Amino acid sequence: MHWDLDTFKIRGSEKMANMALMIGLAGLALSAYGYIADRGQFFYSYLTSFMYWLTIGLGALFFTLIHYLANAKWSIIIKRWSETVMFTLPFMGIMFIPICFGLHDLYEWSHEDVVATDHLLQGKAAYLNVNFFLIRSLGYFVIWGLLTWFIRSKSIEQDQGYSESSMMKVRRVSAFGMIMFALTISFASIDWIMSLSPHWYSTIFGVYMFAGAFVSFLSFTVLAIKYFEGKGILKDIISVEHYHDIGKLMFAFIIFWSYMAFSQYFLIWYAHIPEETFWFLDRWEGTWKQFSMLLMIGHFPIPFLGLIVQNAKRNKFVLPTVAIWIMFIHWVDMYWLILPTFSPEGFNLSWMDATTFVGIGGTFIWFVISRYSANSVIPINDPHLGTSIRHTS
Amino acid sequence: MKLFKRHPDIMLVEFGSPQELIDAAGKIKEAGYKDFDCHSSYAIHGMDEAMGLKPSIVGRISGICAAFGTTSALLLQWWTSAVDYPLVISGKPLFSLPAFIPVTFAVTILFAAFGALFGMLITNRIPRFNHPLFNSDKFGKFSDNGFFVSLEASDPKYNEEGSRNFFESIGGRNIEVLTDE
Repeated sequence: MHWDLDTFKIRGSEKMANMALMIGLAGLALSAYGYIADRGQFFYSYLTSFMYWLTIGLGALFFTLIHYLANAKWSIIIKRWSETVMFTLPFMGIMFIPICFGLHDLYEWSHEDVVATDHLLQGKAAYLNVNFFLIRSLGYFVIWGLLTWFIRSKSIEQDQGYSESSMMKVRRVSAFGMIMFALTISFASIDWIMSLSPHWYSTIFGVYMFAGAFVSFLSFTVLAIKYFEGKGILKDIISVEHYHDIGKLMFAFIIFWSYMAFSQYFLIWYAHIPEETFWFLDRWEGTWKQFSMLLMIGHFPIPFLGLIVQNAKRNKFVLPTVAIWIMFIHWVDMYWLILPTFSPEGFNLSWMDATTFVGIGGTFIWFVISRYSANSVIPINDPHLGTSIRHTS
Repeated sequence: MKLFKRHPDIMLVEFGSPQELIDAAGKIKEAGYKDFDCHSSYAIHGMDEAMGLKPSIVGRISGICAAFGTTSALLLQWWTSAVDYPLVISGKPLFSLPAFIPVTFAVTILFAAFGALFGMLITNRIPRFNHPLFNSDKFGKFSDNGFFVSLEASDPKYNEEGSRNFFESIGGRNIEVLTDE
Protein backbone atom coordinates (compact mmCIF):
# COMPACT_ATOMS: atom_id res chain seq x y z
CA MET A 1 0.00 0.00 0.00
CA HIS A 2 1.40 3.37 -0.95
CA TRP A 3 0.34 6.88 -1.79
CA ASP A 4 0.17 8.20 -5.31
CA LEU A 5 1.26 11.82 -4.98
CA ASP A 6 -0.23 12.88 -8.33
CA THR A 7 -3.82 12.05 -7.47
CA PHE A 8 -3.50 11.68 -3.67
CA LYS A 9 -5.11 8.26 -3.97
CA ILE A 10 -4.06 5.10 -2.20
CA ARG A 11 -2.62 2.49 -4.56
CA GLY A 12 -2.08 -1.20 -3.93
CA SER A 13 -4.61 -1.54 -1.12
CA GLU A 14 -6.41 -4.41 -2.90
CA LYS A 15 -4.30 -7.05 -1.19
CA MET A 16 -5.17 -5.83 2.26
CA ALA A 17 -8.81 -5.23 1.40
CA ASN A 18 -9.12 -8.73 -0.03
CA MET A 19 -7.46 -10.22 3.02
CA ALA A 20 -9.92 -8.40 5.30
CA LEU A 21 -12.79 -9.63 3.13
CA MET A 22 -11.51 -13.22 3.24
CA ILE A 23 -11.14 -13.13 7.03
CA GLY A 24 -14.55 -11.52 7.32
CA LEU A 25 -16.26 -14.09 5.13
CA ALA A 26 -14.53 -16.92 6.98
CA GLY A 27 -15.76 -15.44 10.25
CA LEU A 28 -19.29 -15.16 8.91
CA ALA A 29 -19.16 -18.75 7.57
CA LEU A 30 -18.06 -20.06 10.98
CA SER A 31 -20.81 -17.98 12.60
CA ALA A 32 -23.31 -19.53 10.22
CA TYR A 33 -22.28 -22.90 11.63
CA GLY A 34 -22.87 -21.41 15.08
CA TYR A 35 -26.37 -20.50 13.96
CA ILE A 36 -27.07 -24.20 13.46
CA ALA A 37 -25.31 -25.25 16.65
CA ASP A 38 -26.78 -22.69 19.07
CA ARG A 39 -29.29 -20.20 17.68
CA GLY A 40 -29.66 -18.11 20.85
CA GLN A 41 -25.95 -17.65 21.41
CA PHE A 42 -25.47 -16.85 17.73
CA PHE A 43 -27.99 -14.03 17.67
CA TYR A 44 -26.77 -12.44 20.89
CA SER A 45 -23.13 -12.62 19.76
CA TYR A 46 -24.10 -11.32 16.34
CA LEU A 47 -26.07 -8.39 17.77
CA THR A 48 -23.10 -7.46 20.01
CA SER A 49 -20.64 -7.46 17.11
CA PHE A 50 -23.14 -5.71 14.87
CA MET A 51 -23.68 -2.91 17.38
CA TYR A 52 -19.93 -2.63 17.98
CA TRP A 53 -19.13 -1.90 14.33
CA LEU A 54 -22.30 0.06 13.71
CA THR A 55 -21.50 2.52 16.50
CA ILE A 56 -18.14 3.29 14.87
CA GLY A 57 -20.02 4.30 11.73
CA LEU A 58 -22.47 6.35 13.78
CA GLY A 59 -19.58 8.15 15.48
CA ALA A 60 -18.22 8.95 12.01
CA LEU A 61 -21.58 10.31 10.92
CA PHE A 62 -21.64 12.64 13.92
CA PHE A 63 -18.06 13.74 13.28
CA THR A 64 -18.85 14.57 9.65
CA LEU A 65 -22.05 16.44 10.50
CA ILE A 66 -20.35 18.53 13.16
CA HIS A 67 -17.43 19.15 10.79
CA TYR A 68 -19.76 20.73 8.22
CA LEU A 69 -22.00 22.45 10.74
CA ALA A 70 -19.11 24.18 12.49
CA ASN A 71 -17.37 24.79 9.16
CA ALA A 72 -14.31 23.25 10.80
CA LYS A 73 -10.92 23.77 9.20
CA TRP A 74 -8.60 21.53 11.18
CA SER A 75 -10.43 18.32 10.30
CA ILE A 76 -10.49 18.86 6.53
CA ILE A 77 -7.59 16.47 6.02
CA ILE A 78 -9.45 13.68 7.82
CA LYS A 79 -12.94 14.45 6.55
CA ARG A 80 -12.59 11.94 3.70
CA TRP A 81 -11.82 9.36 6.36
CA SER A 82 -14.88 10.16 8.46
CA GLU A 83 -17.02 10.30 5.32
CA THR A 84 -15.80 6.85 4.36
CA VAL A 85 -16.40 5.35 7.78
CA MET A 86 -19.89 6.82 8.01
CA PHE A 87 -20.65 5.34 4.60
CA THR A 88 -20.54 1.91 6.30
CA LEU A 89 -23.98 2.69 7.75
CA PRO A 90 -25.95 1.67 4.64
CA PHE A 91 -23.56 -1.30 4.31
CA MET A 92 -24.43 -2.31 7.86
CA GLY A 93 -28.05 -2.39 6.68
CA ILE A 94 -27.16 -5.58 4.80
CA MET A 95 -25.55 -6.92 7.96
CA PHE A 96 -28.77 -6.21 9.82
CA ILE A 97 -30.75 -8.74 7.74
CA PRO A 98 -29.81 -11.79 9.88
CA ILE A 99 -31.11 -9.98 12.98
CA CYS A 100 -34.55 -9.71 11.34
CA PHE A 101 -34.70 -13.51 11.42
CA GLY A 102 -33.71 -13.71 15.07
CA LEU A 103 -36.30 -11.45 16.63
CA HIS A 104 -37.87 -14.35 18.52
CA ASP A 105 -34.52 -15.43 19.89
CA LEU A 106 -33.55 -11.91 20.92
CA TYR A 107 -36.64 -10.03 21.98
CA GLU A 108 -39.07 -11.19 24.62
CA TRP A 109 -41.76 -8.77 23.40
CA SER A 110 -41.92 -10.50 19.99
CA HIS A 111 -43.61 -13.55 21.55
CA GLU A 112 -47.34 -13.03 21.47
CA ASP A 113 -47.98 -15.63 24.18
CA VAL A 114 -45.59 -13.80 26.56
CA VAL A 115 -47.23 -10.45 25.84
CA ALA A 116 -50.67 -11.97 26.43
CA THR A 117 -49.82 -12.70 30.07
CA ASP A 118 -47.80 -9.58 30.73
CA HIS A 119 -49.69 -6.40 31.50
CA LEU A 120 -46.69 -4.10 31.08
CA LEU A 121 -45.79 -5.52 27.67
CA GLN A 122 -49.39 -5.18 26.55
CA GLY A 123 -49.12 -1.50 27.35
CA LYS A 124 -45.99 -1.23 25.26
CA ALA A 125 -47.29 -3.39 22.42
CA ALA A 126 -48.30 -0.40 20.31
CA TYR A 127 -44.60 0.42 19.97
CA LEU A 128 -42.89 -2.91 20.60
CA ASN A 129 -44.35 -5.17 17.92
CA VAL A 130 -42.62 -7.00 15.08
CA ASN A 131 -44.02 -5.01 12.17
CA PHE A 132 -43.38 -1.59 13.61
CA PHE A 133 -39.92 -2.71 14.74
CA LEU A 134 -38.99 -3.77 11.21
CA ILE A 135 -40.42 -0.58 9.69
CA ARG A 136 -38.43 1.55 12.14
CA SER A 137 -35.24 -0.41 11.51
CA LEU A 138 -35.67 0.06 7.79
CA GLY A 139 -36.34 3.74 8.39
CA TYR A 140 -33.04 4.21 10.27
CA PHE A 141 -31.04 2.65 7.46
CA VAL A 142 -32.88 4.65 4.81
CA ILE A 143 -32.20 7.91 6.68
CA TRP A 144 -28.56 7.01 7.32
CA GLY A 145 -28.15 5.79 3.76
CA LEU A 146 -29.54 8.96 2.16
CA LEU A 147 -27.67 11.25 4.54
CA THR A 148 -24.28 9.58 4.16
CA TRP A 149 -24.67 9.06 0.41
CA PHE A 150 -25.62 12.72 -0.17
CA ILE A 151 -22.82 14.22 1.92
CA ARG A 152 -20.19 11.85 0.62
CA SER A 153 -21.06 12.23 -3.04
CA LYS A 154 -21.24 16.04 -2.78
CA SER A 155 -17.86 16.03 -1.09
CA ILE A 156 -16.27 13.80 -3.74
CA GLU A 157 -17.79 15.98 -6.46
CA GLN A 158 -15.55 18.80 -5.20
CA ASP A 159 -12.49 16.97 -6.53
CA GLN A 160 -13.63 17.90 -10.04
CA GLY A 161 -14.01 21.57 -9.15
CA TYR A 162 -14.83 23.36 -5.95
CA SER A 163 -18.24 24.96 -5.60
CA GLU A 164 -19.12 27.04 -2.57
CA SER A 165 -22.87 26.79 -3.15
CA SER A 166 -22.66 23.01 -3.25
CA MET A 167 -20.85 22.99 0.10
CA MET A 168 -23.49 25.36 1.46
CA LYS A 169 -26.07 22.76 0.53
CA VAL A 170 -24.11 20.13 2.47
CA ARG A 171 -24.06 22.41 5.49
CA ARG A 172 -27.82 22.89 5.33
CA VAL A 173 -28.35 19.15 5.04
CA SER A 174 -26.01 18.66 8.00
CA ALA A 175 -28.18 20.88 10.19
CA PHE A 176 -31.20 18.78 9.36
CA GLY A 177 -29.07 15.64 9.48
CA MET A 178 -27.93 16.42 13.01
CA ILE A 179 -31.52 16.38 14.24
CA MET A 180 -32.15 13.15 12.37
CA PHE A 181 -28.95 11.70 13.81
CA ALA A 182 -30.02 12.47 17.37
CA LEU A 183 -33.44 10.91 16.81
CA THR A 184 -32.27 7.83 14.92
CA ILE A 185 -29.40 6.91 17.25
CA SER A 186 -31.71 7.28 20.27
CA PHE A 187 -34.51 5.20 18.83
CA ALA A 188 -32.17 2.65 17.23
CA SER A 189 -30.44 1.98 20.53
CA ILE A 190 -33.79 1.80 22.32
CA ASP A 191 -35.10 -0.67 19.73
CA TRP A 192 -32.08 -2.88 19.27
CA ILE A 193 -30.54 -2.93 22.74
CA MET A 194 -32.84 -1.47 25.39
CA SER A 195 -35.83 -3.53 24.28
CA LEU A 196 -33.86 -6.70 25.07
CA SER A 197 -35.20 -6.06 28.57
CA PRO A 198 -38.61 -4.71 27.58
CA HIS A 199 -39.67 -4.02 31.17
CA TRP A 200 -36.79 -1.67 31.73
CA TYR A 201 -36.40 1.86 30.46
CA SER A 202 -33.88 4.64 30.68
CA THR A 203 -34.49 7.97 29.01
CA ILE A 204 -30.78 8.73 28.75
CA PHE A 205 -29.98 5.50 26.90
CA GLY A 206 -29.58 7.05 23.45
CA VAL A 207 -27.13 9.66 24.72
CA TYR A 208 -25.16 6.96 26.49
CA MET A 209 -24.86 5.03 23.23
CA PHE A 210 -23.88 8.18 21.36
CA ALA A 211 -21.04 8.91 23.79
CA GLY A 212 -19.65 5.41 23.35
CA ALA A 213 -20.09 5.60 19.58
CA PHE A 214 -18.21 8.85 19.19
CA VAL A 215 -15.32 7.89 21.43
CA SER A 216 -14.86 4.56 19.65
CA PHE A 217 -14.88 6.26 16.25
CA LEU A 218 -12.19 8.70 17.42
CA SER A 219 -10.05 5.82 18.67
CA PHE A 220 -10.56 3.99 15.39
CA THR A 221 -9.42 7.14 13.59
CA VAL A 222 -6.26 7.48 15.67
CA LEU A 223 -5.32 3.88 14.89
CA ALA A 224 -6.13 4.31 11.20
CA ILE A 225 -4.13 7.51 10.66
CA LYS A 226 -1.24 6.05 12.62
CA TYR A 227 -1.33 3.01 10.34
CA PHE A 228 -1.62 5.11 7.16
CA GLU A 229 1.18 7.39 8.27
CA GLY A 230 3.39 4.34 8.72
CA LYS A 231 2.68 3.46 5.07
CA GLY A 232 3.61 6.98 3.96
CA ILE A 233 0.00 7.96 3.34
CA LEU A 234 -0.94 11.42 4.66
CA LYS A 235 2.73 11.87 5.51
CA ASP A 236 3.71 15.53 5.97
CA ILE A 237 -0.01 16.37 5.88
CA ILE A 238 -1.11 15.02 9.19
CA SER A 239 0.87 16.40 12.09
CA VAL A 240 1.07 15.93 15.82
CA GLU A 241 -1.37 18.85 16.11
CA HIS A 242 -4.11 16.75 14.53
CA TYR A 243 -3.36 13.84 16.86
CA HIS A 244 -3.55 16.30 19.73
CA ASP A 245 -6.98 17.57 18.68
CA ILE A 246 -8.40 14.07 18.24
CA GLY A 247 -6.88 13.20 21.61
CA LYS A 248 -8.63 16.17 23.21
CA LEU A 249 -11.96 15.02 21.78
CA MET A 250 -11.31 11.49 23.03
CA PHE A 251 -10.56 12.82 26.49
CA ALA A 252 -13.66 15.01 26.55
CA PHE A 253 -15.98 12.27 25.35
CA ILE A 254 -14.56 9.70 27.76
CA ILE A 255 -15.66 12.08 30.50
CA PHE A 256 -18.98 12.59 28.73
CA TRP A 257 -19.55 8.84 28.55
CA SER A 258 -18.80 8.48 32.26
CA TYR A 259 -21.13 11.35 33.05
CA MET A 260 -23.95 9.68 31.13
CA ALA A 261 -23.25 6.20 32.50
CA PHE A 262 -23.16 7.51 36.04
CA SER A 263 -26.28 9.66 35.62
CA GLN A 264 -28.15 6.63 34.31
CA TYR A 265 -27.05 4.52 37.25
CA PHE A 266 -27.38 7.23 39.88
CA LEU A 267 -31.05 8.08 39.38
CA ILE A 268 -32.05 4.42 39.31
CA TRP A 269 -29.95 3.67 42.39
CA TYR A 270 -31.42 6.60 44.29
CA ALA A 271 -35.06 6.05 43.37
CA HIS A 272 -34.76 2.34 44.16
CA ILE A 273 -37.83 1.28 42.18
CA PRO A 274 -37.74 -2.49 41.50
CA GLU A 275 -38.87 -2.15 37.88
CA GLU A 276 -35.77 -0.07 37.17
CA THR A 277 -33.15 -1.53 39.51
CA PHE A 278 -33.43 -5.10 38.24
CA TRP A 279 -31.47 -4.19 35.10
CA PHE A 280 -28.42 -3.22 37.14
CA LEU A 281 -28.92 -6.11 39.57
CA ASP A 282 -28.81 -8.51 36.59
CA ARG A 283 -25.40 -7.05 35.78
CA TRP A 284 -24.20 -7.63 39.34
CA GLU A 285 -25.08 -11.35 39.25
CA GLY A 286 -22.25 -13.94 39.48
CA THR A 287 -19.26 -13.07 37.32
CA TRP A 288 -21.15 -10.15 35.75
CA LYS A 289 -20.10 -8.26 38.88
CA GLN A 290 -16.42 -8.44 37.91
CA PHE A 291 -17.38 -7.63 34.34
CA SER A 292 -19.27 -4.52 35.45
CA MET A 293 -16.26 -3.45 37.50
CA LEU A 294 -14.02 -3.89 34.47
CA LEU A 295 -16.32 -1.57 32.53
CA MET A 296 -16.45 0.95 35.36
CA ILE A 297 -12.69 1.15 35.78
CA GLY A 298 -11.79 0.55 32.16
CA HIS A 299 -14.11 3.09 30.59
CA PHE A 300 -13.33 5.99 32.89
CA PRO A 301 -10.27 6.04 35.21
CA ILE A 302 -7.89 4.24 32.85
CA PRO A 303 -8.42 6.34 29.68
CA PHE A 304 -8.94 9.47 31.80
CA LEU A 305 -5.58 9.15 33.53
CA GLY A 306 -4.05 7.90 30.31
CA LEU A 307 -4.96 11.06 28.41
CA ILE A 308 -4.99 13.75 31.10
CA VAL A 309 -1.47 15.03 30.45
CA GLN A 310 -0.96 17.14 27.31
CA ASN A 311 2.11 15.14 26.30
CA ALA A 312 0.06 11.92 26.24
CA LYS A 313 -2.25 13.35 23.58
CA ARG A 314 0.72 14.47 21.50
CA ASN A 315 2.59 11.20 21.82
CA LYS A 316 2.25 8.89 18.83
CA PHE A 317 2.78 5.85 21.01
CA VAL A 318 0.66 6.70 24.07
CA LEU A 319 -2.37 7.97 22.15
CA PRO A 320 -2.75 4.87 19.93
CA THR A 321 -2.24 2.65 22.98
CA VAL A 322 -5.10 4.37 24.78
CA ALA A 323 -7.10 4.16 21.52
CA ILE A 324 -6.64 0.36 21.42
CA TRP A 325 -7.77 0.18 25.04
CA ILE A 326 -10.87 2.28 24.31
CA MET A 327 -11.75 0.07 21.32
CA PHE A 328 -11.50 -2.93 23.62
CA ILE A 329 -13.53 -1.37 26.40
CA HIS A 330 -16.18 -0.27 23.91
CA TRP A 331 -16.63 -3.94 23.06
CA VAL A 332 -16.92 -4.65 26.81
CA ASP A 333 -19.59 -1.95 26.95
CA MET A 334 -21.62 -3.50 24.11
CA TYR A 335 -21.22 -6.97 25.61
CA TRP A 336 -22.29 -5.69 29.02
CA LEU A 337 -25.42 -4.14 27.56
CA ILE A 338 -26.53 -7.14 25.52
CA LEU A 339 -25.32 -10.47 26.86
CA PRO A 340 -26.64 -10.48 30.47
CA THR A 341 -30.12 -10.98 28.99
CA PHE A 342 -28.93 -14.21 27.38
CA SER A 343 -26.77 -15.67 30.15
CA PRO A 344 -28.06 -14.17 33.40
CA GLU A 345 -26.04 -16.54 35.58
CA GLY A 346 -22.68 -15.02 34.69
CA PHE A 347 -20.19 -13.93 32.09
CA ASN A 348 -19.72 -16.74 29.60
CA LEU A 349 -17.59 -16.00 26.53
CA SER A 350 -18.49 -18.01 23.45
CA TRP A 351 -16.44 -18.72 20.33
CA MET A 352 -19.25 -17.09 18.39
CA ASP A 353 -18.44 -13.75 20.04
CA ALA A 354 -15.08 -13.95 18.29
CA THR A 355 -16.30 -15.23 14.91
CA THR A 356 -19.13 -12.71 14.56
CA PHE A 357 -16.76 -9.92 15.65
CA VAL A 358 -14.20 -10.92 13.03
CA GLY A 359 -16.91 -11.65 10.49
CA ILE A 360 -18.59 -8.27 10.60
CA GLY A 361 -15.30 -6.48 11.38
CA GLY A 362 -13.49 -8.02 8.39
CA THR A 363 -16.17 -7.03 5.93
CA PHE A 364 -16.40 -3.60 7.60
CA ILE A 365 -12.66 -3.04 7.16
CA TRP A 366 -12.79 -4.32 3.58
CA PHE A 367 -15.56 -1.84 2.83
CA VAL A 368 -13.70 1.05 4.48
CA ILE A 369 -10.37 0.36 2.75
CA SER A 370 -11.85 -0.11 -0.70
CA ARG A 371 -14.04 3.02 -0.41
CA TYR A 372 -11.18 5.06 1.07
CA SER A 373 -8.88 4.08 -1.79
CA ALA A 374 -11.49 4.90 -4.44
CA ASN A 375 -11.00 8.67 -4.17
CA SER A 376 -8.34 11.17 -3.15
CA VAL A 377 -7.79 10.78 0.57
CA ILE A 378 -7.72 14.55 1.02
CA PRO A 379 -10.20 16.97 -0.57
CA ILE A 380 -7.69 18.41 -3.04
CA ASN A 381 -9.76 21.43 -4.12
CA ASP A 382 -10.84 22.62 -0.72
CA PRO A 383 -9.75 26.26 -0.35
CA HIS A 384 -9.00 25.72 3.34
CA LEU A 385 -6.87 22.63 2.84
CA GLY A 386 -3.72 24.61 3.59
CA THR A 387 -5.19 25.93 6.83
CA SER A 388 -5.92 22.37 7.86
CA ILE A 389 -2.40 21.18 7.08
CA ARG A 390 -0.75 24.09 8.91
CA HIS A 391 -3.17 23.80 11.81
CA THR A 392 -1.77 24.33 15.30
CA SER A 393 -3.90 23.42 18.27
CA MET B 1 11.01 55.74 52.18
CA LYS B 2 9.15 54.39 49.26
CA LEU B 3 6.35 51.95 49.94
CA PHE B 4 6.88 49.91 46.79
CA LYS B 5 9.98 48.86 45.00
CA ARG B 6 10.64 50.91 41.92
CA HIS B 7 9.91 49.07 38.71
CA PRO B 8 12.85 48.99 36.30
CA ASP B 9 12.67 51.17 33.21
CA ILE B 10 10.83 49.76 30.22
CA MET B 11 11.55 50.23 26.55
CA LEU B 12 8.33 50.17 24.52
CA VAL B 13 8.46 49.46 20.80
CA GLU B 14 5.58 49.40 18.36
CA PHE B 15 5.21 47.02 15.42
CA GLY B 16 2.84 47.27 12.49
CA SER B 17 1.13 43.88 12.29
CA PRO B 18 0.79 40.54 14.08
CA GLN B 19 3.19 39.00 11.58
CA GLU B 20 5.80 41.71 12.24
CA LEU B 21 5.33 41.18 15.96
CA ILE B 22 5.85 37.44 15.79
CA ASP B 23 8.92 37.84 13.54
CA ALA B 24 10.31 40.46 15.92
CA ALA B 25 9.73 38.17 18.92
CA GLY B 26 11.81 35.48 17.26
CA LYS B 27 14.65 37.91 16.54
CA ILE B 28 14.56 39.36 20.06
CA LYS B 29 14.81 35.86 21.50
CA GLU B 30 17.72 35.04 19.18
CA ALA B 31 19.48 38.23 20.23
CA GLY B 32 19.50 36.81 23.76
CA TYR B 33 16.96 39.04 25.52
CA LYS B 34 15.00 37.44 28.35
CA ASP B 35 12.82 40.03 30.12
CA PHE B 36 10.62 41.04 27.24
CA ASP B 37 6.93 40.70 26.52
CA CYS B 38 4.63 41.08 23.53
CA HIS B 39 1.28 42.88 23.64
CA SER B 40 -1.64 42.47 21.27
CA SER B 41 -5.39 42.53 21.68
CA TYR B 42 -5.74 38.85 20.81
CA ALA B 43 -3.74 35.66 21.06
CA ILE B 44 -1.36 35.13 18.14
CA HIS B 45 -0.80 31.50 17.17
CA GLY B 46 2.81 30.43 17.52
CA MET B 47 3.77 33.36 19.74
CA ASP B 48 4.78 31.13 22.64
CA GLU B 49 7.30 29.27 20.48
CA ALA B 50 8.58 32.49 18.88
CA MET B 51 9.15 34.06 22.30
CA GLY B 52 10.61 30.84 23.67
CA LEU B 53 8.14 30.67 26.55
CA LYS B 54 8.04 27.55 28.65
CA PRO B 55 4.65 25.82 29.01
CA SER B 56 2.63 27.50 31.73
CA ILE B 57 2.48 25.90 35.18
CA VAL B 58 -1.16 26.97 35.65
CA GLY B 59 -2.39 23.57 34.41
CA ARG B 60 -0.36 21.80 37.08
CA ILE B 61 -1.58 24.13 39.82
CA SER B 62 -5.13 23.51 38.66
CA GLY B 63 -4.56 19.74 38.58
CA ILE B 64 -3.18 19.67 42.13
CA CYS B 65 -6.11 21.78 43.35
CA ALA B 66 -8.54 19.41 41.61
CA ALA B 67 -7.02 16.38 43.35
CA PHE B 68 -7.21 18.25 46.65
CA GLY B 69 -10.88 19.05 45.92
CA THR B 70 -11.70 15.39 45.25
CA THR B 71 -10.14 14.15 48.48
CA SER B 72 -11.45 16.95 50.66
CA ALA B 73 -15.00 16.59 49.33
CA LEU B 74 -15.00 12.84 49.94
CA LEU B 75 -13.51 13.23 53.42
CA LEU B 76 -16.01 15.95 54.31
CA GLN B 77 -18.99 13.85 53.27
CA TRP B 78 -17.64 10.72 54.91
CA TRP B 79 -16.98 12.58 58.18
CA THR B 80 -20.29 14.43 58.33
CA SER B 81 -22.64 11.64 57.27
CA ALA B 82 -20.92 8.48 58.45
CA VAL B 83 -18.87 9.50 61.51
CA ASP B 84 -19.86 12.73 63.18
CA TYR B 85 -23.64 12.63 62.66
CA PRO B 86 -24.67 9.23 61.24
CA LEU B 87 -28.01 9.54 59.53
CA VAL B 88 -29.75 6.85 57.50
CA ILE B 89 -31.16 8.40 54.33
CA SER B 90 -33.66 6.37 52.26
CA GLY B 91 -32.26 3.13 53.62
CA LYS B 92 -28.87 3.59 52.01
CA PRO B 93 -25.59 2.72 53.80
CA LEU B 94 -24.05 5.56 55.80
CA PHE B 95 -21.15 5.80 53.41
CA SER B 96 -22.71 5.41 49.96
CA LEU B 97 -20.30 6.46 47.29
CA PRO B 98 -22.83 7.06 44.46
CA ALA B 99 -24.61 9.67 46.58
CA PHE B 100 -21.33 11.47 47.19
CA ILE B 101 -20.20 11.57 43.57
CA PRO B 102 -22.12 14.71 42.46
CA VAL B 103 -20.73 16.79 45.32
CA THR B 104 -17.25 15.34 44.83
CA PHE B 105 -17.46 16.15 41.14
CA ALA B 106 -18.65 19.70 41.76
CA VAL B 107 -16.02 20.43 44.41
CA THR B 108 -13.32 19.01 42.14
CA ILE B 109 -14.39 21.37 39.36
CA LEU B 110 -14.65 24.30 41.77
CA PHE B 111 -11.16 23.75 43.17
CA ALA B 112 -9.74 23.22 39.69
CA ALA B 113 -11.30 26.53 38.63
CA PHE B 114 -9.91 28.26 41.72
CA GLY B 115 -6.51 26.78 40.94
CA ALA B 116 -6.71 28.02 37.36
CA LEU B 117 -7.90 31.51 38.33
CA PHE B 118 -5.57 32.15 41.25
CA GLY B 119 -2.71 30.31 39.59
CA MET B 120 -3.12 32.64 36.62
CA LEU B 121 -3.27 35.73 38.85
CA ILE B 122 -0.17 34.71 40.81
CA THR B 123 1.89 33.80 37.75
CA ASN B 124 0.88 37.09 36.13
CA ARG B 125 1.65 38.99 39.37
CA ILE B 126 -1.70 40.69 39.39
CA PRO B 127 -3.64 42.46 40.79
CA ARG B 128 -1.23 45.40 41.06
CA PHE B 129 -1.73 49.13 41.46
CA ASN B 130 0.08 50.39 38.45
CA HIS B 131 2.59 49.50 35.82
CA PRO B 132 4.97 51.90 34.12
CA LEU B 133 3.66 50.73 30.74
CA PHE B 134 0.55 52.80 31.39
CA ASN B 135 2.70 55.93 31.49
CA SER B 136 2.85 55.71 27.71
CA ASP B 137 0.21 57.53 25.72
CA LYS B 138 0.42 55.14 22.81
CA PHE B 139 0.23 51.93 24.79
CA GLY B 140 -3.57 52.13 25.06
CA LYS B 141 -3.70 51.00 21.45
CA PHE B 142 -2.61 47.49 22.50
CA SER B 143 -6.25 46.68 23.20
CA ASP B 144 -7.29 47.85 19.75
CA ASN B 145 -4.94 47.80 16.78
CA GLY B 146 -1.49 48.17 18.34
CA PHE B 147 1.23 45.53 18.52
CA PHE B 148 3.95 46.24 21.07
CA VAL B 149 7.08 44.75 22.52
CA SER B 150 8.22 45.84 25.95
CA LEU B 151 11.74 45.20 27.24
CA GLU B 152 12.61 45.64 30.88
CA ALA B 153 15.81 47.34 31.92
CA SER B 154 16.48 44.48 34.34
CA ASP B 155 17.43 42.32 31.36
CA PRO B 156 21.18 41.63 31.47
CA LYS B 157 21.50 42.51 27.78
CA TYR B 158 19.63 45.80 28.18
CA ASN B 159 21.48 48.89 27.08
CA GLU B 160 19.47 51.94 26.20
CA GLU B 161 21.47 52.94 23.14
CA GLY B 162 22.22 49.43 21.89
CA SER B 163 18.72 48.08 22.42
CA ARG B 164 17.19 51.10 20.68
CA ASN B 165 19.39 50.50 17.65
CA PHE B 166 18.56 46.80 17.70
CA PHE B 167 14.81 47.44 17.74
CA GLU B 168 15.12 49.96 14.92
CA SER B 169 17.05 47.42 12.87
CA ILE B 170 14.24 44.84 13.19
CA GLY B 171 11.52 47.31 12.15
CA GLY B 172 10.35 48.74 15.49
CA ARG B 173 8.73 52.19 15.58
CA ASN B 174 7.93 54.88 18.12
CA ILE B 175 10.52 53.66 20.59
CA GLU B 176 10.19 55.21 24.05
CA VAL B 177 11.63 54.53 27.47
CA LEU B 178 9.18 54.55 30.37
CA THR B 179 10.23 55.20 33.93
CA ASP B 180 8.35 54.25 37.06
CA GLU B 181 7.38 57.48 38.81
